[in-house]
Amino acid sequence: MVTYILCLMLFCVGLYCVLRKRNLIKIIIGIGIMGYAVNLFIILAGYRAQSRAPIYANDQIVARMVDPLPQAMVMTSIVLELSVTLILIAIAIRIYEKYGTFDITKINKLKG
Amino acid sequence: MIEIHLILLFMIAAAIVAVEARDLLSSVVAIGSVGIGLSLAFLILKAPDLAIMQLVVEIMSLVILVRATMRQDLPFSMSGRWVFNTFSTVLFMCVFLGAAYIALKNIPLGGGDFGIASGVYLREAIPATGAKNVVAAITSNYRLMDTLGEVAAIFTAVVGVMAIARRVGRPR
Repeated sequence: MVTYILCLMLFCVGLYCVLRKRNLIKIIIGIGIMGYAVNLFIILAGYRAQSRAPIYANDQIVARMVDPLPQAMVMTSIVLELSVTLILIAIAIRIYEKYGTFDITKINKLKG
Repeated sequence: MIEIHLILLFMIAAAIVAVEARDLLSSVVAIGSVGIGLSLAFLILKAPDLAIMQLVVEIMSLVILVRATMRQDLPFSMSGRWVFNTFSTVLFMCVFLGAAYIALKNIPLGGGDFGIASGVYLREAIPATGAKNVVAAITSNYRLMDTLGEVAAIFTAVVGVMAIARRVGRPR
């Protein structure tokens, strides 16, 4: 149970960063931290005590393997996070070229 | 499970450093150490495929993030409704953690049984697909459409970055 709460505390650190920082790069970093925490939470939900990786070997039996389905899902999620980070960085660099700042309180000119 | 607690504490500390560091480059390095800690946690939680994948993706996203760290972080300022905003953020986090504590209080780590789909995958992986690694059997045989969608998403991201970062705009 403590493990789940620690994982959600990591999520809260990312959430604080997204909500309270003014720098665009810091906000992107916060989104990354939240993604890490969610991936770890899904893997924790599929973990089973005293079991081994879901790979067949000579002395391996099915009842002592961890759940393979969350691992397959999280593998997709990790790659999607990379592409989200890629697009966010591209948008941030473009905004910096246009406004000359990363401060989100100064990026307020809708015209042009 | 003391190892996973230690690694999670390390990850939380590195994340706090990444959030609060003044220099953006140190912040990016700290987020890299959070990712490496996550890779170690995957290894301890018996997910070796994910550990390898997380390591590779972490290095790639670190290289991309370094490109964007041109300047220092902004100076601290208390303009606007700083006190109210910070107080409401912390209050929301406390409510969230409290609700999570109530919801997860009776769920032990590592208990429970498989779902129906996981049991079928685990039992039939070798006779149906011939793959000894069940995760590889799922991603590249049972749920191949997921992997195809993943590739399509990466392609869309590359097209989007090229469209955003293009120098020449529409002629006026």
